[in-house]
Amino acid sequence: MTALFTILFYAATAILAVGLAFKVVQYARTPAPLKIPTTPAPVTTGGVVLRMAREVILFESLFKSNKWIWLFGYMFHGALLLAMMRHLRYFTHPVWEWVALVQPFGMYAGFAMLAGLGALWFRRIFVQRIRYISGPSDHLMLILLLGITGSGLAMTYVARTDIVALKQFMLGLIRFDWQPMPSDPILMAHLGMVIALMIIFPFSKLLHAPGLFFSPTRNQVDNAREKRHLAPWAAKLEAGGE
Amino acid sequence: MAGDYKVPELGEYAEIPPLCPGAMSQSHPFEASPEHQKALGFPGELVEDWHDKAIGRLGELLDKTRSLRVYLDSCVRCGACTDKCHYFLGTGDPKNMPVARQDLLRKVYRRHFTPLGKFPLTRWLVGAEDLTEEVLDDWYSYFHQCSQCRRCSVYCPYGIDTAEISMAARDIMDHIGKGQKYCNEIIGKVHAIGNNLGLPGPALENTLEGLEEDIEDDIGVKVRLPLDEKGADILLVTPSADFFAEPHVDGLIGYAKVFHQAGASWTISTYASEAANFAMFIGSYEQMREVALRIRKAAIDLGVKRIVFGECGHAWRVAYSFLNTLAGPWDFLDPNYPVPQHICEYTWDLIEKGQLKFDKSANDHMTLTFHDSCNVARATRMGDKPGGQFEIPRNIIKAVCNNFVDMAEDTIREGTYCCGGGGGLLTDDLMELRVKGSKPRMEALTQVIKNDGVTHMAAICAICKSQFAKVMPEYGIGMDKIVSVHQLVSNAIILDGQETDEDEDNADAEPASQMEE
Ligand code: SF4
Ligand code: SF4
Repeated sequence: MTALFTILFYAATAILAVGLAFKVVQYARTPAPLKIPTTPAPVTTGGVVLRMAREVILFESLFKSNKWIWLFGYMFHGALLLAMMRHLRYFTHPVWEWVALVQPFGMYAGFAMLAGLGALWFRRIFVQRIRYISGPSDHLMLILLLGITGSGLAMTYVARTDIVALKQFMLGLIRFDWQPMPSDPILMAHLGMVIALMIIFPFSKLLHAPGLFFSPTRNQVDNAREKRHLAPWAAKLEAGGE
Repeated sequence: MAGDYKVPELGEYAEIPPLCPGAMSQSHPFEASPEHQKALGFPGELVEDWHDKAIGRLGELLDKTRSLRVYLDSCVRCGACTDKCHYFLGTGDPKNMPVARQDLLRKVYRRHFTPLGKFPLTRWLVGAEDLTEEVLDDWYSYFHQCSQCRRCSVYCPYGIDTAEISMAARDIMDHIGKGQKYCNEIIGKVHAIGNNLGLPGPALENTLEGLEEDIEDDIGVKVRLPLDEKGADILLVTPSADFFAEPHVDGLIGYAKVFHQAGASWTISTYASEAANFAMFIGSYEQMREVALRIRKAAIDLGVKRIVFGECGHAWRVAYSFLNTLAGPWDFLDPNYPVPQHICEYTWDLIEKGQLKFDKSANDHMTLTFHDSCNVARATRMGDKPGGQFEIPRNIIKAVCNNFVDMAEDTIREGTYCCGGGGGLLTDDLMELRVKGSKPRMEALTQVIKNDGVTHMAAICAICKSQFAKVMPEYGIGMDKIVSVHQLVSNAIILDGQETDEDEDNADAEPASQMEE
């Protein structure tokens, strides 16, 4: 078991890192041939940074769009962030101070995740329009996230797992000094699902995370009259045409 | 004219309709004839290996266009956009929900360009599908039910712009020989003659002379509408509908009066007698650039110093957002002015400087509201502050009219609803779609007509004006209730030496207004 999980962890990390890097490089290298910011748009780079920050931190457009989806989506993503910060304590030794500070909030974040995910899934099933656009992968993604959250909560509140041994296993992975993994079925399920999530990340709609930063309607400065915005292939066309 | 469909009943608020699958699957604009296709360098009819050609073209576009690539990957199916499209709200057809429209292309993208979609065992999971004849049919139908208005893009958490997807899909279809008649025929006319109408130089000259006479008859001042005048300072590029359609032409008269009063030397060009650039609708950078280059050539040949665009929505998008990139640099023009300028920027500037005089009471028989045209609102700017595209036209209206009321907040400005005829859909073979797609705007308009006594709606887009003139009667609103913003300017402006019965009018009007107080 330990060997299997050790190998899977390395493989998943590699796939996640390489897959994401590939996508990010691909997005970055694909030219945006025209200025298409959704206006009113900022006219300075600083303004664009603020606009992006509002999108990333506050989900501004989603808030304008639909308060329920915003509420549940925000709940889930915010709680996920807290939970992930809390999890740093399994990877750091000594535990960073701010991680320790997050700990009490992180403990309850799982419930907020559960509620947010549950509400989103409820909408996906019962709101006719959203059911129509949902495919198998959309439901499976929610099931996977619910599974991870549920198993995590179970280890905190139902059947506590051997955290000391787990931490040794994790630190061992990082330090290439492999340690046995505690053989707790819930833990195995939890880690197994996390590994699955890492592997599918670069092949799934989870690409919305890097995608947002490359969205031309959001990240472009509104200065089309002042500056030309010639893509390399368009410059070639121009050179050949005139 | 209405055909055999039902004009939707207007509700109090934009209600989200129940899904009605296939409600609009029969909507199918005329296909371009082989000549129209070939004139643009596209294959005349559906090529034999259309499937492979289509996938190949999609691959090329993915490499050339970041928006397409990022947007096809990023949608999480959150559903936030599902109730934002006027075509969905007007028809209930689920494939008119922006995300579902995107998915028509996305499923083919997944099938051919993503690992999970290529792999047979996981294909069903991610909804990857082959490009079959049925799917191509759906493409043709539903990518011609998108006016590329970008309303969905405002509300998507990632800014996914369905217009970008529609443009790509239409470009792919053009490349396999399945183009749309309305757009491609028109682009051909611009290449051959210089405007969408195919109006040749002499006819244009006649029209402009006729307008000069009309103005003189009307107000006794000789206002010129110059054509091809070398050495003029300003080149006016305006949609060709301004030359004859109602209420467009009243707007053109308004521009002429403003230029006249400002003492500007200006001209229209025969060669670039069209502000519209329908090549944007078919997503063709090459075609769009060719059309745009006509304006560059006209500006050079006539030796002008500035370029001003007339009232047209998508034209202003191409002008404001793309012209510099497509046909710049404009370093041979006067650097003191933005290139190009919108006629509203030009007029508002003069108003701010106090150089125009108005008799606002000339518009007192109307209570106005303003329709933000989608391309102006969400894809351009006016003035130097974000949102100037909303304020400047309203400021002009308020400067020339006493009665102005806005429609409901979520139906104007960046949330404005398309007129229903944008994006290359302003054709009689799409009448049902146009009538149904205008429903959300008609609802908002009907509200202010009932509650605030609004009598007229002003717009700054040739397509909006034509579309409203056609569909408003279907909803029981007179076709003359749509007006040009510069028509209002034209009504109120007082030109030097203008001999009118205004003094009498004023004498009449003043006691009346005092009585109200
Ligand atoms: S709002 Fe954006 S992410 Fe959400 S379903 Fe629509 S296109 Fe997809
Ligand atoms: S761009 Fe406009 S017409 Fe097209 S899907 Fe979006 S909202 Fe509908």
